[in-house]
Amino acid sequence: MVATPDLEVRALAKRFATHLAVDDLSFSVARGSFFSILGPSGCGKTTLLRMIAGFIQPDRGDVAIGGRNMARVAPNRRPVNMVFQHLALFPMMSVAQNVAFGLARRGVGRAERLRRAEAMLERVGLAGAGGKRTEELSGGQRQRVAIARSMVLEPTLLLLDEPLGALDLKLREHMKIELKQLQSAFGTTFVYITHDQSEALVLSDHVGVMNHGRFEQLGTPQELYYAPATPFVAGFVGANNRLAGKALAVDGTLVELATRGGWIVRARRQGAIAAGAAVEAFIRPEATMLGRTAAELPAGQTAHAGEVISLLFDGANSAVLLRELQSHVEFRIALPQSGAYADLQAGARICFTFDPQRAICFPAPAAHA
Amino acid sequence: MLGLLLAPALLWLFALIILPHLDLALLSFRERVAPREYVASLAHYRTFFGEPLYWHVFVRTATLSALATALTLLVAFPIAWTIAKLARGRMSALLFVVCLIPFWVSETVRTLGWMILLRESGVLPALLVHLGLTAQPPELLYHDATILVGLVYTSLLFMVVPLVGSLESLDNSLIEAAYDLGGKGWSILRAIVIPHAAPGITAGCIVVFMLTLGNYLTPTLLGGKNSQWFTEQIYTQFITRFNWEQGAAFGFLLLALSTAMVWLGLKISGQRFSDVMRRA
Repeated sequence: MVATPDLEVRALAKRFATHLAVDDLSFSVARGSFFSILGPSGCGKTTLLRMIAGFIQPDRGDVAIGGRNMARVAPNRRPVNMVFQHLALFPMMSVAQNVAFGLARRGVGRAERLRRAEAMLERVGLAGAGGKRTEELSGGQRQRVAIARSMVLEPTLLLLDEPLGALDLKLREHMKIELKQLQSAFGTTFVYITHDQSEALVLSDHVGVMNHGRFEQLGTPQELYYAPATPFVAGFVGANNRLAGKALAVDGTLVELATRGGWIVRARRQGAIAAGAAVEAFIRPEATMLGRTAAELPAGQTAHAGEVISLLFDGANSAVLLRELQSHVEFRIALPQSGAYADLQAGARICFTFDPQRAICFPAPAAHA
Repeated sequence: MLGLLLAPALLWLFALIILPHLDLALLSFRERVAPREYVASLAHYRTFFGEPLYWHVFVRTATLSALATALTLLVAFPIAWTIAKLARGRMSALLFVVCLIPFWVSETVRTLGWMILLRESGVLPALLVHLGLTAQPPELLYHDATILVGLVYTSLLFMVVPLVGSLESLDNSLIEAAYDLGGKGWSILRAIVIPHAAPGITAGCIVVFMLTLGNYLTPTLLGGKNSQWFTEQIYTQFITRFNWEQGAAFGFLLLALSTAMVWLGLKISGQRFSDVMRRA
């Protein structure tokens, strides 16, 4: 048995009227790790976070923090602090007063708490900013104040409620890296919720992908990306081409399926699939290889043909959107970094192929609309 | 264009407020030495400072008004908090209406209603006797406490409205963050809620203080001859004693008092007048 996990959630459930926000959820977060809960809005991740913080009482189940059961422990007595979505810095106080607020509530003397607040500000790279007003700071600096304000209390667990959501893209990219560095510098366990899969992948040691109040999959970012356990994870984490169809034949780990338009592809089987069953296959844009003619493609792999709809130029993330000739299914393929194919025109014919082992085929979810 | 839009209001302000006050100012600074013969003089202001009764009533009016304002704030704050933070949608609107309902009845009728309720042969004393709490029906009218109750009641809405406005703009996550960082009810109120609501609190206090200080009906009816409200002194000078000059001087002293108190209130609370008036 390794060290007690900093956070342990057991069979946690919460229902709002008719809506089941969190459905019998269990997981644990190891000490010092960065754990993300990733899901679309309305999946119950905020409810889950607020139950951990203590703002919402669960209907059933337990939350243990640092090995201690938190039932009937009020939020202001839990060894947990939260960084709020819009940071919730106190505008009526200076930066140093913000950071010292929690210490004051613990009865730390004035001189001591200002000293500790200043030391904490220095750790997050804001030395000397203590006297400023919070609105004088940039978005990134404000975020660091919010983290400093929580970290100065040395919590067992820091909860972060989409703190990057309100920032613009450039700053968000920058803050992502900064958050990761801050977390490893402090060594505190972070539980981070987000709907942005890129944030979750970049930051986390482990990610729980949440949908309809449950975890679809819990794993490392690499596991989620390369071995999604459910169609939802395959569709939500990273870009993916989704092909819905029917299984024609199952040959060990490979499934041969036909889409509605009659396009036949092969993909690795994930879960129990019988011939004739409805299936969903996912193929990553970067798992596909382009060729101007079938002869350019590696021998031994099935060649497919498509017509270019448009070229989606986005620097290193450039892709081509095409329509498969047989079925007219839209398909997205990442362009090689070499700059070849940058001259593709709409309407051009092109060939492509992919390794069936890198395509994944799931049984179609029953409740899928 | 702006001048045209504001013309009715400016005309109103000039004709009904500035002109009469100029006239009153002139009145207050003259003294009648013989029939139809007047000289400029400070005699009426000297009378005020020389006569302890006037002084006494003046200070008493200011003190009771300040007390009534403080009480109104204490009563209104939980109401405003409920409307702004706890009630949702229809419930919040309903609570507002409940605060407004007393104002559908004229102040005179409302205050007379209080008299029926409180006088010795009234409903409340009879109830107290019936419950065996007192042997004789007590006289509940004509006490300072009764005046205060009446003034707080009359002023409540004017405190609730700016308070609701300033509390509604308080982001709930600030309260949650303070709670999350270990704050408790009182410390959050002191450190977060009150500083945020300060302009609204000051605005409400200024409005209520001015209304209370200048109130005539409530103190007179509920306090009777014990009320000794300064507006009664003004009324007496104008109407009973036909001493308009003295009345005008008193009027200006009251104006000076309310101005001074508002200034003091702003200084103490560290608020700027323009911020506060935006909230009122």
